[in-house]
Amino acid sequence: MADTGAINDTGIAAEAASEAMVGPRGARPRRMLSRRNIFLYGTLIVVAVYYLLPLYVMIVTSVKGMPEIRMGNIFAPPVEITFEPWVKAWATACTGLNCDGLSRGFWNSVRITIPSVLLSIAIASLNGYALAHWRFKGANTFFTILIVGAFIPYQVMLYPLVIILREMGIYGTLTGLVLVHTIFGMPILTLLFRNYFTSVPEELFKAARVDGAGFWAIYFKIMLPMSLPIFVVAMIIQVTGIWNDFLFGVVYTKPDTYPMTVQLNNIVNSVQGVKEYNVNMAATIITGLVPLIVYFASGKLFVRGIAAGAVKG
Amino acid sequence: MASVSVKNLDLNFGDVKVLQNLNLDIRQGEFLVLLGSSGCGKSTLLNCIAGLLDITDGQIFINDRNVTWEQPKDRGIGMVFQSYALYPQMTVEGNLSFGLKNAGVPKEEIKKRIERAAALLHIEPLLKRKPAQLSGGQRQRVAIGRALVRDVDVFLFDEPLSNLDAKLRAELRVEIKRLHQQLENTTMIYVTHDQIEAMTLADRIAIMRAGAIQQLADPATIYNRPVNKYVAGFIGSPSINFIDGTLEVNSDPVFRAGETAIELSGYAFSGNGPKPGPVSFGIRPEHIFTDKVAADLPFQCEVEVEVVEPMGADTLVWSRLDGHELRFRVDGQTPVKEGERMKIGFDPARASIFDAETEMRV
Repeated sequence: MADTGAINDTGIAAEAASEAMVGPRGARPRRMLSRRNIFLYGTLIVVAVYYLLPLYVMIVTSVKGMPEIRMGNIFAPPVEITFEPWVKAWATACTGLNCDGLSRGFWNSVRITIPSVLLSIAIASLNGYALAHWRFKGANTFFTILIVGAFIPYQVMLYPLVIILREMGIYGTLTGLVLVHTIFGMPILTLLFRNYFTSVPEELFKAARVDGAGFWAIYFKIMLPMSLPIFVVAMIIQVTGIWNDFLFGVVYTKPDTYPMTVQLNNIVNSVQGVKEYNVNMAATIITGLVPLIVYFASGKLFVRGIAAGAVKG
Repeated sequence: MASVSVKNLDLNFGDVKVLQNLNLDIRQGEFLVLLGSSGCGKSTLLNCIAGLLDITDGQIFINDRNVTWEQPKDRGIGMVFQSYALYPQMTVEGNLSFGLKNAGVPKEEIKKRIERAAALLHIEPLLKRKPAQLSGGQRQRVAIGRALVRDVDVFLFDEPLSNLDAKLRAELRVEIKRLHQQLENTTMIYVTHDQIEAMTLADRIAIMRAGAIQQLADPATIYNRPVNKYVAGFIGSPSINFIDGTLEVNSDPVFRAGETAIELSGYAFSGNGPKPGPVSFGIRPEHIFTDKVAADLPFQCEVEVEVVEPMGADTLVWSRLDGHELRFRVDGQTPVKEGERMKIGFDPARASIFDAETEMRV
């Protein structure tokens, strides 16, 4: 009985306390339709529509037949959906003498992108690691030269590189283009990795040295596992950059080894015959699909990587 | 036998001379603390001993072996860092075994050593965890364990407790001391800016300033007979009171500051005895007594209380003696009010007197 009495007492006390608290209390109420919200979301919607409209037009056009396109209603949804243009763009569209569509360019691009990305990231991460933690003599000079390289316009180096590649005997080959991409990725990637590795506490590096790890052991066993986020960032930059590259592709390769972008240009800009808008749209979407997938897939990984790396050691 | 010797060590960063002609001998099994304010070169010296910094000139011996040109791993040292520096992607066990694996120690031996270190530091339940899942104190234990498994004779601590909160710091401080007692013949060199850590842990303290050792002695000597004014001011909290005045030598030496004259017959002068001239008279707040105790002491006077800082166990009283600020401690239970006059007294034998110009002890 005494227990229940005590409970009652506290109940009464709580009631009295709530009566005593008048006026605003707890979290401030938020109105959904405030001026601020309308302005904010209004702007976001307008911008989103602005960017999504071209994509909508492309997708819609790519699944229409030519008669429907000729009617001129580019915003109208397709009456009759056909995937013929997609198949044609991939497998049978003609560029010059070849009539095997974008598929050839796609595989060329894959064979260019994968080695270029791997090679450039491997070298640049090592560069960045060495520059950040092994202060060798002339490190600053080396770094400055590398960064200055990023500011030299590509056009200046185009022709000299043609000659260099020709002398090396790899002009017009995929190997040559991979080499070019690797070199041009160096300044920005090295900067990226150096800055990241500089943020790794120096004491960690010292502890590893006391523990008997050398240059490679520290790189592979300590630095690499800690740096997933920056590797994902570098990968996104390189994959999209190299996949979307047109200039180097058109300069350093031959029709047989053209990357996808160059081939796309040739399909879209061909002046003979009827302009097949639906095929062009489908071809463009196919080409753009790879960077798009990279963004979607790695975006998640990217966030997870940052979260994993953010925990202090 | 000297465990670690530093001989004529110079270290320059470009044009900046960080350490100059530094000599230090550390006995086997000794606990030496390098103490100093930030930027005095104490951590730099430790990094030189560890081999993490290339020195400009001089030699370093560990266990009577010249290790000046050797890699950190070959010097027979273990090191503990302020930021713990645990490898974040490895488990505690991985952290402990990393160095041993690099050295090619057989698996069973690694297991044995990890078990021993884990038992010593009470981290057995944590072995499978990642550093991110540990608290600050646990992380520092693991970091100590990583040095422990290396089975070395010399431990280097670079401000290991500075990142911990006050309570944990006190706990781990005792544990480090206990560890030093358990590991016989293990030399420990410990860098800190915390004088309490230095006083409680050290067999000897080296007080550093601007890349040079000011005084190297046991804690009692450093506290009671500081070699110069800097050391006197650095050690002790609240810090020592300085009264500027002149030293007069007639029949007996007397310190005079304005109206105040302090008889120095009990003071042990260093070197060639007292020399007249301007000096700084230093007396520690805890050596000044009040009321009844003061009545029995050689020097007595009356001061006015200006500020009172109660700290619980005791109360710090700020007053003035002949225009110079004078702090002293009274028991926390004593009622003291601002404006009140108090009778104080101290024994000049416990004071430290420094030459006004050279700042060296006289």
